Amino acid sequence: MNIPYLTSIVIFLPLVGAVLTLLSRSVNTTRWTALVVTTVTFVVSLGLWTGFDPAVSTSDWPQLANVWAGWFGPGVDVKYFVGIDGLNLLLVLLTTLLGPIVVLSSWTYIHKHEKAYYTLLLILQTGVTGVFTSFDVILFYIFFELTLIPMYFIIGIWGGEERVYAAVKFVLFTLVGSLLMLVALLFLGFAAGEAINGGVFTTDWYTLVEFNMPAVQQGWLFLLFALAFSIKVPLFPLHTWLPDAHVQAPTGGSVILAGVLLKMGTYGLVRFCLPFFPDATHEYAMLFAVLAVIGIVYGALVSRAQTDAKKLVAYSSVSHLGFVVLGIFALTAEAMQGAFIQMINHGISTGALFLIVGMLYERRHTRAMADFGGIAKSVPVLSFFMIFTVLASAGLPGLNGFVGEFLILMGSFKSATVGSPWLIAIATTGVILAAVYLLYMVYRTFFGPLEIEANRTMKDLNPREVLLLLPLVILMIWMGFAPAPFLARSEPAVQDLLRKIDAKRAQSAPAAEEPVSMLYDGERFTPAPSVR
Amino acid sequence: METDSLVRLLLLLPLAGAVFNGILPLFIPSLRHRETLIGTVGTAVVAVPFLIAAYLFAGFHGEAHVANFYTWMAAGDFSVSFAYRVDQLSLLMTLVVTGVGALIHLYSVGYMHGDPGFWRFFAYLNLFVFAMLNLVLGDNLLVLFLGWEGVGLCSYLLIGFWYTDLKNSAAGNKAFIMNRVGDFAFLLAMFIFVKEIGSLDFARVIAEGPTMDQSTINWAVLLLFIGATGKSAQIPLFTWLPDAMAGPTPVSALIHAATMVTSGLYMLARLSPVVLAAPAIMNVIAIVGALTAIVAATIAITQNDIKKVLAYSTVSQLGYMFVASGVGAFFVAIFHVMTHAFFKGCLFLGSGSVIHGMHHVEHELHKDGHGHHLDPQDMRTMGGLKKYMPSTQKTFLLATLAISGIPLLSGFFSKDEILFKAFEAGTTGMSAAWFAWVVGLVTAFLTAVYMARAYYLTFEGTPRWPHADKLHPHESPWTITTPLWVLGILSVVGGYVGIPAVIGHGEYNLIHHFLAGGHGPVAERAVEAHVSLGTEWGLIVLGSLVAIVGFWTGRRLYLKDGLASDAALASRFGGAWKLWQGKYFVDELYEKIVVRPVIGGAEKAFAPFDKYVVDGMVNAVGYVTRAISYVLRYLQTGLVQSYAVAIVFGVLLVVGMMLFG
Amino acid sequence: MEVTLNWYLTLAAVLFVIGVMGVLLRRNVIVILMSVELMLNAVNLTLVAFSQSMADPAGQILVFFVMSVAAAEAAVGLAIVIAIFRSRLTIDVTDINLFRY
Repeated sequence: MNIPYLTSIVIFLPLVGAVLTLLSRSVNTTRWTALVVTTVTFVVSLGLWTGFDPAVSTSDWPQLANVWAGWFGPGVDVKYFVGIDGLNLLLVLLTTLLGPIVVLSSWTYIHKHEKAYYTLLLILQTGVTGVFTSFDVILFYIFFELTLIPMYFIIGIWGGEERVYAAVKFVLFTLVGSLLMLVALLFLGFAAGEAINGGVFTTDWYTLVEFNMPAVQQGWLFLLFALAFSIKVPLFPLHTWLPDAHVQAPTGGSVILAGVLLKMGTYGLVRFCLPFFPDATHEYAMLFAVLAVIGIVYGALVSRAQTDAKKLVAYSSVSHLGFVVLGIFALTAEAMQGAFIQMINHGISTGALFLIVGMLYERRHTRAMADFGGIAKSVPVLSFFMIFTVLASAGLPGLNGFVGEFLILMGSFKSATVGSPWLIAIATTGVILAAVYLLYMVYRTFFGPLEIEANRTMKDLNPREVLLLLPLVILMIWMGFAPAPFLARSEPAVQDLLRKIDAKRAQSAPAAEEPVSMLYDGERFTPAPSVR
Repeated sequence: METDSLVRLLLLLPLAGAVFNGILPLFIPSLRHRETLIGTVGTAVVAVPFLIAAYLFAGFHGEAHVANFYTWMAAGDFSVSFAYRVDQLSLLMTLVVTGVGALIHLYSVGYMHGDPGFWRFFAYLNLFVFAMLNLVLGDNLLVLFLGWEGVGLCSYLLIGFWYTDLKNSAAGNKAFIMNRVGDFAFLLAMFIFVKEIGSLDFARVIAEGPTMDQSTINWAVLLLFIGATGKSAQIPLFTWLPDAMAGPTPVSALIHAATMVTSGLYMLARLSPVVLAAPAIMNVIAIVGALTAIVAATIAITQNDIKKVLAYSTVSQLGYMFVASGVGAFFVAIFHVMTHAFFKGCLFLGSGSVIHGMHHVEHELHKDGHGHHLDPQDMRTMGGLKKYMPSTQKTFLLATLAISGIPLLSGFFSKDEILFKAFEAGTTGMSAAWFAWVVGLVTAFLTAVYMARAYYLTFEGTPRWPHADKLHPHESPWTITTPLWVLGILSVVGGYVGIPAVIGHGEYNLIHHFLAGGHGPVAERAVEAHVSLGTEWGLIVLGSLVAIVGFWTGRRLYLKDGLASDAALASRFGGAWKLWQGKYFVDELYEKIVVRPVIGGAEKAFAPFDKYVVDGMVNAVGYVTRAISYVLRYLQTGLVQSYAVAIVFGVLLVVGMMLFG
Repeated sequence: MEVTLNWYLTLAAVLFVIGVMGVLLRRNVIVILMSVELMLNAVNLTLVAFSQSMADPAGQILVFFVMSVAAAEAAVGLAIVIAIFRSRLTIDVTDINLFRY
């Protein structure tokens, strides 16, 4: 099966759907339109999975690429350039999978301005898919900013009590980073154009990857790019927008936020920071690894101190994404692969956690763990899904979370850049702490005597809710026991990326010093005096 | 090929059982009360694997077989498969796991009868067997780890099985988290192997592990051992096991006595060539094992809860096994794992039978409105049960004698072998082994004493529960007594696979021959000079004497006087008794130095830090921006003409710069 | 005495300054608008003068543009003035300060 413009269709189908929802007349039509559109998008996006051949190298050109060179006008090399390679395939699929799930989860949760809500949701999906598929930095930037606006409204209109504060905080944080990134990418585009593109400003990813700039400039540009992405990830200490945004956002918003929006940060780091600025990456790898490890431990500890279940899950994201960042800066194939699989894992399991917390909220209109207790008795099916997801999130072998965490930690342990055993040991304590805070939540919420009357009469999951959790649970098992097909999709691209980084490093490295001959005096080696 | 599919079946049956018993009733509530169906399926999916294992065992010719199913994960240079190894060690463990497992499943049908969570219980139990089989059969460390954490999960679920009591759930959390501390070390050990060797397959780890440089080996083995202390409840991570008794008794028998807690020993035996390459760490293992053995034994003497006694006894016996591993006699550790599975399984099931009976008494007391509260696990309210529960009493006695090391019962052979190996290692230059041997002898005495105490307080003497003249417990149904008898008999004869070399001239020690001789996968510490025959006989006699004297002491103290002896001992030993009764206050210590600082730190330091410092800085940026605009806003007069004036001056400035600049 | 270019420019400059002063100092919006017209026409005058002296018709063409823009501006401006007058009953700029801090 070979559909032309498949990638573009996957990106813009939700946008078409957004127009349709705007035209719909009743709430029901709106919801159904949104559901059908996102489901169709997901089905179509499966064509990306079948159409993508991991054996074909994407080192010069992505697969399923759509290009429109004249989009931005003459005189500059700014293209509409989207495509699929091993790095983004799974993230795109995760986005399209979460689409219908989020729509279903909002079915009864959203009570006002439904039409606007679903329209924004669909626009958001286009933005996120575009971010993951862009091979042009300007295009990427446009999509990156496009995600901001719908999310701002989703938090600000349908959120909880502090929604406006949270929404503004979210936008300001992200804008600070992305505007600095804009400056950096303009500089990069001009510099690259000057150096290797005949003076024509260029933002083509494949051109920029070839461009090797002086180490000092790399340092600055790397930091500007990395700042934007670190805020999005979010990396300690830039994470404080996250708990606010998560807690205030409606369930659907939280799921998208945790599931895919955060991945735009980690994905951006891999896609742009690493290959564009390899020298700077090596220079700052340890800094970022340390921040990531701090994030792992710190996020876990703060998570344990929460009394609000949603906030607890939000802080767990800080901890989990710390693993991803650590894996990225380890610069080994194992850790990078782990980071990619962990991005997907986190999207699935944290997404599911938010869904379930949302279901609890819908029933009891509270998220405080103290308001629950013992509900395993009244809602066994919900409890099953929750405990299952918690275990996946805590990295139990056999479920998805373990694969990512193990590969990341193992790959980081043997890494040349961040492979300090002590650092990795500290990072590994995250495995203990994850059990501490997640089991604490289960303990407070699900176990114990069923004392509160409202909890006793709580309704268990309805078929719609089971339906929307089921695919996630199946994926948790699938990716836990057989992650090989997923890993195989990204393996060549990851290897290629690391090769590119090494090649650029070798290019810019000062000519290797002549090997010094050693003298052996019977006891020790000493360098021989130079004979020049 | 045939072996491959048998192994697949062996593994998948318990998993299928878990799904059948767990998922179906979850979504179809009417299935939840079909106890016969659930119990039959649940037991069958463990019994059939036992038969498969027996078949494999019968047809085993000494060559290890690896069944490689599919690649689990592959990234970069690293690759690991779902591969399972059928060899002497894994077969023996599989037989124990499925055999004892099947008996305990059968037992549970009777024990859990009427519990609303019957289906859940069997689902968890089946899942446990699946995980445990992964643990013992896995051909690489990662599959082992899958089982390792899987059994931890099931242990968590089953300890907190009666979740409406928060105490049970808390005990489950404690078990899981303490296990995770061990798993943390295990993970690091795996990272070392991947970094140095590039593989986690046992074949390569065993072959290349000992060639790593010495400090790396030491680190790896130390970390593995820490991992083992978590799972096998050794110092410093042993405090979860006594709390784990919050779970239903069959769970205590299966998970917390017979199988899961021995997985640390299995892992060390599996990697024995690597462990042997780190003599320094072996000293640590022997010392920690010995200390755990005596610490737990002293606590066991003072406990009144029958399951707590058995739990500390388990910790103590596990300490013995670690002594064996520490002195390089891994096959003896596995031997003791096996015999321990028999007699401790029997003891726990017996205690379950007793609790079952005492529950009945409590129930009757309530019904008659006597208003007495009776703890069905407290030995102080038992006594004289011999009359009412003959099968339970007889099997319990057999197992008690076995664990005490009374000659010619199973525990005697394995324990004696451990002490002998420790002695032997001591004579050949391993100083820690001397310590382990002395402590081991003392512990053997204590073991006999506390087991005699438990037996006599429970079954002999006069009944101590209220209205004992009118109310009494009944013997349990056949589903409970059958496993008791099977295990009771096994605890008598189970030791004959390991008859000491001196008695049977070496050829009768089947277990040594099977595990460590010839093609056996288990290595042992090379001994340069053998101990003389006379010495060996002397040691056997010494060990027997210690056991007999110990049991006799216990009998004298507790046969007649019962509780009075406790009081006498308490006043005699004073502070020490208090220390033992308080379990050395390790829990309190951990609470103070680990739990409080971490949780308190999270709540009192980290969370406020995040809220007021990290987020405070962010908000500070906002406040500063606001403060600046508060001043600047006065420029906004709202008068068009003032803006126009500004424009004019601006124009003049620009023009001026263009003309004169 | 010949009327040279300088004369026109001087006149235009004077007119322009009068216009600026009118915009800055008068309070009646209509007068301000008239002052703006005055400034525009001062510019027109310079354009025509230069066009004449440099014999280039482009300047005169530009004047037509300016006149049409001025007409549009006056139309929009007066419409706004009427709207404001209707709602606030004043056309004094010092009273119209909705944007005051």
